[in-house]
Amino acid sequence: MKREVPLLLTAAIGLFMILSFFVPHHAVSVPADFLQQSAVIVVAFGIVLGGANLLRVNLEAVVKRQGDWPYKVVLIVSLVATVLVGLIEGRDFQAAGTRSTWIYDQVYSPMSSAMFALLAFFIASAAFRAFRIRTPEAGLLALAAFIVMLGRVPLGHVLTAGLPPALRIENLAEWIMDVPQNAAKRAILIGAALGVMATGLRVILGIERSYFSGED
Amino acid sequence: MRLPAFLENLDRRWIFLATGLLVLLPLLWPLNLPLEPSPPVRGYHDAIAALPPGSRVLMSCDYDPAMRPELEPMTRTTLRQLFEKRCKVVVVALYQGGALLVDQIVNDVARQRRQRYGVDYINLGYKAGNEAVLVLMGQSIPGTFPRDQNGADVRSFPIMRDVRNYASFALIVSISGGYPGTREYVQQVQGRFHIPLVAGVTAVTAPTLYPYLQTGQLLGMLGGMAGAAEYEDLRLERGQASHGMDAQSLAHVFIALCILMGNVVQWERRRREAS
Repeated sequence: MKREVPLLLTAAIGLFMILSFFVPHHAVSVPADFLQQSAVIVVAFGIVLGGANLLRVNLEAVVKRQGDWPYKVVLIVSLVATVLVGLIEGRDFQAAGTRSTWIYDQVYSPMSSAMFALLAFFIASAAFRAFRIRTPEAGLLALAAFIVMLGRVPLGHVLTAGLPPALRIENLAEWIMDVPQNAAKRAILIGAALGVMATGLRVILGIERSYFSGED
Repeated sequence: MRLPAFLENLDRRWIFLATGLLVLLPLLWPLNLPLEPSPPVRGYHDAIAALPPGSRVLMSCDYDPAMRPELEPMTRTTLRQLFEKRCKVVVVALYQGGALLVDQIVNDVARQRRQRYGVDYINLGYKAGNEAVLVLMGQSIPGTFPRDQNGADVRSFPIMRDVRNYASFALIVSISGGYPGTREYVQQVQGRFHIPLVAGVTAVTAPTLYPYLQTGQLLGMLGGMAGAAEYEDLRLERGQASHGMDAQSLAHVFIALCILMGNVVQWERRRREAS
């Protein structure tokens, strides 16, 4: 029963949701809406569950003095403080001038931006140390990268402004994006879509069971 | 010391310093390099320009502060163009970490353009659920977002009086930095409800959306800061993105040079080993 009931539920709901896509009648659409609303609620609870799990895992690591445990203390204190401040401020916690907004504006927002900004430095360093042209394919990749990188910025346009339009770097970059890049991307998209459909069918038919017990 | 030998022993902190300077200096002393709007950017601009005045537009701003430099300028310019056309803008957010940021940006632009909250624009805030939220909005938007960002009943605002679902909108603008974002709007909304859709995305995401541009599922697209700057140029504005493009120009050229220099080092090393 422990195995059969979830399988049956998954198959029934999966087939019903496929049916709802093709049948707009209210006898189908109303229960389908209910199921989708339930999904939104489940996701919302998932956020709470995720927070609780984060707390549990990190508390455990701190108690056991695992590597980097001081950072985990910072995480726990930040998490608890942010949630507490939000709870104390109640429903208007996102209003201008609240402590929650201050935490968001002065701590979360700049730290999040700074982490992303660091990428520029690491990309430059990696470009120098790791982007090695060892094969003709890597050479083609590097050439395409050059053209697209320079074609996307005004300086590249200025450098090739004197050339005929077909040879200007912005037009070459646009051609690379429109033709070879698009062809490859479309193939990947179609392949991925077929894979998603196959996986969906496997889940509905009960062949793919890893989602509820970790087994294949 | 010859150049390849110097490069071989180059401390990466010099690369960090050069990157920092190349980004910082053009921000302090702009080069004002000319911009050339690309076809996807023209498509984005023209789709909004073609809207009848007073149209209702759904704007989904799905990003967080990490993506702010790329996506905030295009959000601001889009809002300015929409408000100029007297469009009624309904804003939603699918990124948990970005709802407050988006609220600040939207309110700031609205204040500058003297737009009234609940009449000319509204922010419905964040809703968890990713694709499920998008599908639910196809049934009922007030049902999916019963309260706005500030917790008020959305049905009490004049702008929401006739809003039922996607069919109530002339255009959807998706400004997104990843998942959930533009791709999900194409798959779950445009493909199903056939509402005109334009997108503003990060430079990393842009290549993945080109197939949708070619099929016409996206009427236009702004890719990263470059797209936002070209859009500003089309609007004859010189905003945050245009100022940032000089720095990005030099950074791109420097990264291209880094690739070249790294390979010169390798070729030289191979040549030495072979001889």
